[in-house]
Amino acid sequence: MAVALRRFTGPGWYRALLGTLLAAAFALGLVVLLRELYGYDPIVDWDAIVTVMLIAAPLGFLVGIGCFDYWFYWASGKPTRPEDHSGHGAYSWRDYFRVNTDHKVIGIQYIVTTVFFFFFGGLLAMLMRAELAAPGSQFVDPNTFNGLFSVHASLMIFLFIIPVFAGIANYVLPLMIGAPDMAFPRLNALSYWMLPLAGIMMTASFFAPGGSFATGWTAYAPLSTDTPLGQTFFTLGVQFAGASSIATALNFLVTIITMRAPGMTFWRMPLLVWANFTTSLLVVIATPFIAGSQFFVLFDRALHTDFFQPGAGGDVIMYQHVFWFYSHPAVYIMMLPGFGIISEVISTNARKPVFGYRMMAFSLMAIVVLGFTVWAHHMFVSGMHSWLRVPMMITTMLIAVPTGIKIFSWLATLWRGVIHLTTPMLFALGFITMFTLGGISGIVLAVVPVDIHVSDTYFVVAHIHYVLFGGSVFTIFAGIYHWFPKMTGRMYDERLGKLHFWLSFIFFNLTFGPMHFVGVDGMPRRVADYADQFATLNAIISASSFIFGLSMLIWLYNMISSWRHGPKAAANPWRAHTIEWQVSSPPPVFNFDKVPTVVGGPYEYGIPGAQHAVFDDKKPVPAATKPVVAHE
Amino acid sequence: MLLIGVIASVIGVLICLQIDWFPTEGSTQSEEIDTLYDVLLIVSVPIFVLVMTIAIYSVFAFRAKPGDKGDGAHIHGNTKLEIVWVTIPFMIVSALAIYGWVVLDDIEAKKPNELVVNVTGEQFTWSFDYPDEKVKSNELVLPVDRPVHFEIHAKDVLHSFWVPAFRMKQDAVPGITTNTRVTPNKEGTYEVVCAELCGIGHATMRQQVRVISSAEFDKWVKDRSEGGAAPEEGESPMAAGRQIFTSAGCNACHTLADANANAQVGPDLDELPDVAATREKGTSAEDYVQESIVDPDALVVKGFPAGTMPKNFADQLTPEEIDTLVQYLLGESKTEKSK
Repeated sequence: MAVALRRFTGPGWYRALLGTLLAAAFALGLVVLLRELYGYDPIVDWDAIVTVMLIAAPLGFLVGIGCFDYWFYWASGKPTRPEDHSGHGAYSWRDYFRVNTDHKVIGIQYIVTTVFFFFFGGLLAMLMRAELAAPGSQFVDPNTFNGLFSVHASLMIFLFIIPVFAGIANYVLPLMIGAPDMAFPRLNALSYWMLPLAGIMMTASFFAPGGSFATGWTAYAPLSTDTPLGQTFFTLGVQFAGASSIATALNFLVTIITMRAPGMTFWRMPLLVWANFTTSLLVVIATPFIAGSQFFVLFDRALHTDFFQPGAGGDVIMYQHVFWFYSHPAVYIMMLPGFGIISEVISTNARKPVFGYRMMAFSLMAIVVLGFTVWAHHMFVSGMHSWLRVPMMITTMLIAVPTGIKIFSWLATLWRGVIHLTTPMLFALGFITMFTLGGISGIVLAVVPVDIHVSDTYFVVAHIHYVLFGGSVFTIFAGIYHWFPKMTGRMYDERLGKLHFWLSFIFFNLTFGPMHFVGVDGMPRRVADYADQFATLNAIISASSFIFGLSMLIWLYNMISSWRHGPKAAANPWRAHTIEWQVSSPPPVFNFDKVPTVVGGPYEYGIPGAQHAVFDDKKPVPAATKPVVAHE
Repeated sequence: MLLIGVIASVIGVLICLQIDWFPTEGSTQSEEIDTLYDVLLIVSVPIFVLVMTIAIYSVFAFRAKPGDKGDGAHIHGNTKLEIVWVTIPFMIVSALAIYGWVVLDDIEAKKPNELVVNVTGEQFTWSFDYPDEKVKSNELVLPVDRPVHFEIHAKDVLHSFWVPAFRMKQDAVPGITTNTRVTPNKEGTYEVVCAELCGIGHATMRQQVRVISSAEFDKWVKDRSEGGAAPEEGESPMAAGRQIFTSAGCNACHTLADANANAQVGPDLDELPDVAATREKGTSAEDYVQESIVDPDALVVKGFPAGTMPKNFADQLTPEEIDTLVQYLLGESKTEKSK
């Protein structure tokens, strides 16, 4: 009995279940009580109850699973357990299913969770392509179809691309800067645990009466303020994903600023660290705007405010301005960490220093600043102030300059290198190709007169998939393959990796390339049915997309089987210079048994015996006496 | 390598220009936009070829020999080269932006003798109103070679008024009036497409625009303002009904085999002849269908949401047209059955 009771009082899944149920019951009671007091009819209004439940139940879960225990102890004046590190590290698979404060465990938790949603989101895309294989209506009704692409995009953006980068950086970044962990390990754990809640919420919307949210991931008002309950699952899911994202970004910023190893000046940081530094700036500045936009939608839906109701003084276009003020920078949130990964992978596999290192860092900063000045290029036909279009066209096109710097610098890094075509390197080269195409179609879209024609067509669908799949997801594959030996202590199967690359590279292009043509030719996006003239190309697109989808299973098989049975990995299989490769694979629980001292740049390939960091056997240098300039 | 790059660029540009990218050029605007797009292609292809040539050449020329554990050249950068690849892209995008700006000013310029058309989008149909001609219509009819100024409204949610053949697109926004200008310059029938997600009927919110000679347009206006055209001599009632069905946008929401409509927002009208007589007690099939067109919420078929179908068909269609439509809907499918 006492044992059974302790299950519900100590942190863990039993208490999480209890917390969820109690919070849901509280939500039910609160709504019924308030409606009774106000004399509303009916007293039991399930739309209202579910809305409050969707706020309360996740909080109940987070308290139950134990995200807040330490802070509650501290806040209530009880003795906090001084650093006993009981929540740190993973010694069995069970340790991945509890609140864990080890950045390496959290990194793996992030990556596995997000890959799950990647496959689920991909499955939704397959259903969409099945429906679109021929004109007319095949498998799903229009409402379900609108739900498919809405949930697909929301999961891919909020539950895969943004957080998987946070996961990779969570694992790699503290190791790279020579830190024992992130600055706020408990906040890090809380950030992770909010994420699956957001994903479950968006996925569960399919079970809501009236179907899942079906207004696209953009959720434009006033359509989103006037649709069935499923929309609320998006509105609130985004809040949890966004809070997770903001907390992680703060964590990265503080970690990078305060926890670098002795000698690690800003100009000695690997470009992945620079990339996550700039990304985190974008996240903390921009993400509150989407939170705001979705709260307004929630208030319009639940409290009948009139933020976006034109008849009552609301402003429809306002929604789009606030939404895109986040969602355009979000494109860079989904791309800059990938730039960082590509710099690491190309430099390591070409055995050369990254060409123009400082310009690479400056161009990241330039993209951050410019990224906030271009949001309205999503709104050229929205009916906003027409004068705003030309300045936004110019700033948008100017972003090609820092982006071009990066592309050309990677090419120059290849030049006179010693190139090893490993799987991550293939994905990096594939990325350069696809992202250049996506960048060029971005320039085409930025030119207002052309955008007036192709806005909201399949041309846009093609463009964003070239940027986000050929761009971001290829960098994610490169990164996961590159650090797989470090994370798991085992090597992946190189042959399967290359097969995965070639299949996905070819069928990616056959899937998304033809979308440029149907788009310019007049096929709008987000349609379950289309004119007969687009039938041939759509059939080709659908067929290619199925093979493209299947090629992802090769990756999944490779990852799972290599993780279980792959050959043991050496500490530094790629002979890289950055710090994470100087410790064992996988690294010790506290990363460094000896504190590293950074003595040079991260990519000094070509100088025999050059080292980025040394591990001093005798006395670790105290952090307070960081040498500002060590001998080069 | 330079030679290969130049040859590949020329071939690439030629291929790209050979591709038939665009739908029909149906307006003066479309010619300028298509030219702009072609220029963008001509500039883009060499840039892509440049990147690819360097990448592919590097992979072949600098690939590690098996067992090579060496490093590449220790090069950190080259300031001159970096200045070049900042400056040249800057100049290219600046030039393109200025060109784009000039074209934008040109295609949106106000022109003399404009025909004003009010466009109204609602779930899930477009309706058109010619204030100077005092004509209302569910079909967009425009005279060729006369500049048109569209004033665009939305009744419920966002829509986007787009005629791919004209290239111009403009969102319809509840609460404000937006506008766009087009000068159609080629007679023909083109599609009007809704380009902004507006709900379950979005995909099928497609109607037609007819561009006709100005003499025909004047006749059309005259017929409309005199209370609607009687079915033209020789035109079968069936064809007239089908014409109304399509031009009024019924096909955006309903399935009807005869009219090639397969949308599923509203009830399947192929089944209508079988159920119309019995659906509402004491109402004949004709009266029920007539009521459903002019007052759709009077009786909503089970399984479909109320308030979805526009309630203004009595204003948009003349009584004669509604009669024709009712006969068409009740008669058409019977012939279909008997086949």
